[in-house]
Amino acid sequence: MGKTLFDKIWDSHVVVSKPGFPDAVYINTHFIHEVTSPQAFDGLRKRGIPVFRTAKTRATADHNVPTIDQHLPIKEALSRKQVEMLTANTKEFGVELYGLGHPYQGIVHVIGPELGITLPGMTIVCGDSHTSTHGAFGAIAFGIGTSEVEQVLATQCILQYRPKRMKIEVNGQLKKGVVSKDIILYIISKISASGATGYFVEYAGEAIRSLSMEARMTICNMSIEMGARGGLIAPDQTTFDYIKGREFAPKGADWDKALAYWETLYTDADAEFDVVLTFDAADIEPMITYGTNPGMGIGVTQHIPSLTEVDDKEKPSFKKSLEYMGLEPGSELLGKKVDYVFIGSCTNSRIEDLRMVADFVKGKKKAEDVVVWIVPGSKQVEAQAKEEGIDKIFEAAGFHLRQPGCSACLGMNEDKVPAGMYCISTSNRNFEGRQGPNARTFLASPLSAAAAAITGKVTDVRELV
Amino acid sequence: MSKTFQHLVSTAVPIAIENIDTDQIIPARFLKATTRDGFGENLFRDWRFDTNNEPKKDFILNNPIYKGEVLVAGKNFGCGSSREHAAWAIGDYGFKVVISSFFADIFKNNALNNFILPITVTDEFLDKIFKAIETDPAAQLEVDLEKQSLKIVATGEEISFDINPYKKACLINGYDDIDYLLSLRKEIESYEASREFNF
Repeated sequence: MGKTLFDKIWDSHVVVSKPGFPDAVYINTHFIHEVTSPQAFDGLRKRGIPVFRTAKTRATADHNVPTIDQHLPIKEALSRKQVEMLTANTKEFGVELYGLGHPYQGIVHVIGPELGITLPGMTIVCGDSHTSTHGAFGAIAFGIGTSEVEQVLATQCILQYRPKRMKIEVNGQLKKGVVSKDIILYIISKISASGATGYFVEYAGEAIRSLSMEARMTICNMSIEMGARGGLIAPDQTTFDYIKGREFAPKGADWDKALAYWETLYTDADAEFDVVLTFDAADIEPMITYGTNPGMGIGVTQHIPSLTEVDDKEKPSFKKSLEYMGLEPGSELLGKKVDYVFIGSCTNSRIEDLRMVADFVKGKKKAEDVVVWIVPGSKQVEAQAKEEGIDKIFEAAGFHLRQPGCSACLGMNEDKVPAGMYCISTSNRNFEGRQGPNARTFLASPLSAAAAAITGKVTDVRELV
Repeated sequence: MSKTFQHLVSTAVPIAIENIDTDQIIPARFLKATTRDGFGENLFRDWRFDTNNEPKKDFILNNPIYKGEVLVAGKNFGCGSSREHAAWAIGDYGFKVVISSFFADIFKNNALNNFILPITVTDEFLDKIFKAIETDPAAQLEVDLEKQSLKIVATGEEISFDINPYKKACLINGYDDIDYLLSLRKEIESYEASREFNF
């Protein structure tokens, strides 16, 4: 019997497999950032051991950094301390750091791909659940905890049980105004925030295949929001074209050798999955979430489920969620006033996202009482946006392009949505308090977020494109 | 935090909410510490305290009737962020066991790596536990890791739970993953040497 893409990569990375033990899996690339690494470095110090393979670890500062005036010292003392500790730790242990001010600095899941560090067939981990993003290249990539960060620093390996395999096929073609973020929000709304727990997902089908690398990253990024260990997409010409020529991508003879290997990275026709789910792209409309987990999503023209449509067991959580959101069961979101718009995060802060927003808002003006934060994913995205004049388009529309970081996705820096306010956000989580204490989040695509920025309310973007 | 786990008899704190994510367990703004200590203070911070930092009376951790070393929660506990701080907060607060009908993968690993035992039970058994505590907040649960059994002491109802044998041994004996991985150094180096295409 043939193998899945996942199994091909996993099997070629197993260092030791003993009955009763989890597999010791070799890790090709380990990304670290300031929030989940200090205790791991501390652990190495206590054991008196070095980082085993320094060249396979890359660091950046993203979670805590301000998105304005990055040339000044970080104001908030604890954030500053964490970022300084990352600098000190990477220096002491000999790890490459793209810190604040470095031209490669940015959100860890944005910089890996854009620098050509993320490659097909790799195993990639990071102390961040959205590491699944890198799966878009046909890599096994998943988020880990700090104890596991320490394992990887110490041994370049991680202990893991092999997850089950799920295939999600999206066939057909997307309709106008519907983008990759809508695909993933749609899938999660169908299978719930825990629908893929225990599985590693492979995305396939015409609608996935036709996506750009950036759009594929958005899909893989949110695999974790349905509980999946990770998600991946088999590499193809789109993947190879994206990688070629990037800073750390293989060159010359190494490229040819790599390409020959990458071309073997697909799921064999007779390979079996534990679960196969199939969706039709034509069924998907622009999506928006109404609740406090990413599974609570609807098409923008649909209504929030009424109490009679909710399972009895789920009613208490459902009610709690809507109470937090200040929304009524059975009501519509269309036309609901929005206070903040956040375009950014490892889900949607790449150059293509900014281009999509710029194309849409060109010649339009922001609604007066809406605050719009546009946060590029990296210094390189920021520079590219400026080169293309995207920053000028934003300014003309009344927006401002900030500096790179995780920003209002999780509000660890100053970019917090005030209590009770509604924010339409291109990020990945609408959990209670995620964007700030008592802040209320509607997850949507960059296009839908841009539309809300213009109209000041939840809008069906299809009417404007 | 204890570095082993074998057996426990304790009352439990029930939170019958589903999809409790790690942002609720420990909000992001409390992730700025650089050690593993002190996170218990901010466990369920925004459910426990209002914006003036006053305890919210209706939240169960603020109700002195409910206490113990076992946390019982609705399905899909620990979803969301990979922050191990969630496990540190739960352990630092004093919980040694978390019971749910379903755990998010990363949280489960993080808990085990901190010698906190996540026990997955059926939806039916979870309901029985919630009912037992509702009937009597002093109801005790007995956890025996060696036997892999969980018992509601008052009713004698018992269920066996799964745990992988490696992690079970780690918990009982206080081993950790890094000790094991460090012992594989020769194998790791020969794996590296054998790879024709090692990125």
